[in-house]
Amino acid sequence: MTEVAAFTLEQREESGAPLLRLSGSLSIACLGELPNALEALPGPVGAIDIGGIEHIDTIGAWLVYSLSQKWACEIRGADADAQRLIDAVKPSADAGPPPALHADKLSPAIRILDQIGGATMVALTTLGGLVGFLGAVMIASWSLIRHPSRFRWNAVIQRFEVVGVSALGIIGLMSFLIGIVIAQQGAVQLRAFGMEILTVNLVGRLTLRELGVLMTAIMVAGRSGSAFAAQIGMMKLTEEVDAMRTIGVSPMEALVMPRIMAAVVMMPLLGFYASVLAIIGGGFMCAISLEIPPVTFVQRLREVVPLHDLWIGLIKAPVFGLIIGMSGCYQGLLVKSNAEEVGLRTTAAVVQAIFMVIVLDAFFAVFFTWVGWT
Amino acid sequence: MSGGEQGEDLAICVRGLRTSFGDQVVHEGLDLDVRRGEILGVVGGSGTGKSVLMRAIIGLQPADEGEISVFGESTLNRDDEDTLALRRRWGVLFQGGALFSTLTVTENIEVPLREFYPQLAPHLRDEIAAYKIRMTGLPADAGPKFPAELSGGMKKRAGLARALAIDPDLLFLDEPTAGLDPIGAAAFDERTRQLQQTLGLTVFLITHDLDTLHAICDRVAVLADKRVIAVGTIDDLLATEHPWIQEYFNGPRGRAAQPPKGGKDQR
Repeated sequence: MTEVAAFTLEQREESGAPLLRLSGSLSIACLGELPNALEALPGPVGAIDIGGIEHIDTIGAWLVYSLSQKWACEIRGADADAQRLIDAVKPSADAGPPPALHADKLSPAIRILDQIGGATMVALTTLGGLVGFLGAVMIASWSLIRHPSRFRWNAVIQRFEVVGVSALGIIGLMSFLIGIVIAQQGAVQLRAFGMEILTVNLVGRLTLRELGVLMTAIMVAGRSGSAFAAQIGMMKLTEEVDAMRTIGVSPMEALVMPRIMAAVVMMPLLGFYASVLAIIGGGFMCAISLEIPPVTFVQRLREVVPLHDLWIGLIKAPVFGLIIGMSGCYQGLLVKSNAEEVGLRTTAAVVQAIFMVIVLDAFFAVFFTWVGWT
Repeated sequence: MSGGEQGEDLAICVRGLRTSFGDQVVHEGLDLDVRRGEILGVVGGSGTGKSVLMRAIIGLQPADEGEISVFGESTLNRDDEDTLALRRRWGVLFQGGALFSTLTVTENIEVPLREFYPQLAPHLRDEIAAYKIRMTGLPADAGPKFPAELSGGMKKRAGLARALAIDPDLLFLDEPTAGLDPIGAAAFDERTRQLQQTLGLTVFLITHDLDTLHAICDRVAVLADKRVIAVGTIDDLLATEHPWIQEYFNGPRGRAAQPPKGGKDQR
């Protein structure tokens, strides 16, 4: 189509500096290696002649202009088009300072300190914000208790379904498999002492006390906590939350409370269900590989698992639900500007919820042992 | 249709285009010519497929039937390599700017340069980005900022700078002044006009803004009933009888945007 851009250097008689003659098409598609070759020229050049070029675009014009600046030489033979483009790319006198292109780079040491400081501040403000949010949730609960007519039964029931009923399948399957894994791995280790029968203790106590509720909390945080953050975050973006406020509907009552209530009520139910399925999974494994018949398994279970193991699980579950619901709704409400933030906040909600659940679980373990529920 | 249909004078030529989403037909037998070096405004009611037409021309929306050619080369049924060669010749400003949110403004402008012309030295790329920032009227400190930190008008300008990064011959603008205040919109129109004249661009401009139509468009194409019902200068369009066109240009807003009689500042 068009000729590739090229250049020649001509020695002139009148002065020492040669003439740089450009030819071909000075457009970005045809430049090829020309900019690098021009860069490598030893210089100085007396003048740049662009009379012989076929076509020029702003990138060619910039190249010619920056060369003429570099060698302080004139540009010859520019036709009207070329001159117009060169004038267009030339920084005018009143244009002010040259535009900044890249952010200033910090030194590595300062950057690390900056990141540590930033992360600490974020962690502290999030913690403070969550405590504040807990207060807001308590106020909203109190006002709902005083005005029960404002309670949104439909929204709550709908959340029950989304958080609880729809999760039955996946949580059930997960717990069943975990029961199998515990029984199988426990049996392998206990066989060394000839105490395979203790596998029943292991399965019964571990699932009721810890794993049933903990795994359920992790699953609910991933399924529902993230959904809370994403839904409320999108509603913030589309200004639905602001619209609600102007109509006189409190977002705390309409959006936050139903979700938190659903998480608080559903967690014990799901946790119990998960423990039962894990025990069934363990019993199944015992029947298959340890030849402990189901009747013996159940009998032994009743002997070795104290009732307070169940209570421990059931006491922890609503607290975990509160944490999951709160961090989901809190992160969702923090969304301000753009869709990217919704993704970040959703991730933060899940990570935060799971982290706090595990930290609290450790406290609970110590506490219940201390009160004598061993 | 208008006259002057010599192949080499046309930047875009669309013949018998049909596009659809499932059962819903958006265009049926649509013809449109865009001449080289003109600013063609495309108007039409909501949902008449203005953006879909643009997407069909730039190859984002498959056409069921018809012919689309840009600079005399058909855009349909090309292999990837060929399509890439054609894509270097146009720049697109999407409605919301469509800036890459994880990159700064400078990096956004450099993306097309980097992708299409990897042999360019990084410092030359920076210099090119710098004068593009200046040309599109972005403030001097906009380069290191991320799109989320920009106002609506600045996002549009940054999008324009990216669309112009590789010096295209053809520029697609999708509602460039939507969401801008009147002063910002007028400044953007002025900038578009100026760049079009300096760089010799052909501009395909979708708009709802009557002031833009009057201020900078050479011709206006009206989309209705799944096709282009009229193309011409605003005066030509006013002479037609079509009720939608009359309503559009002679409604209360249309009249307010008209320049005073006698002062025809077209071109």
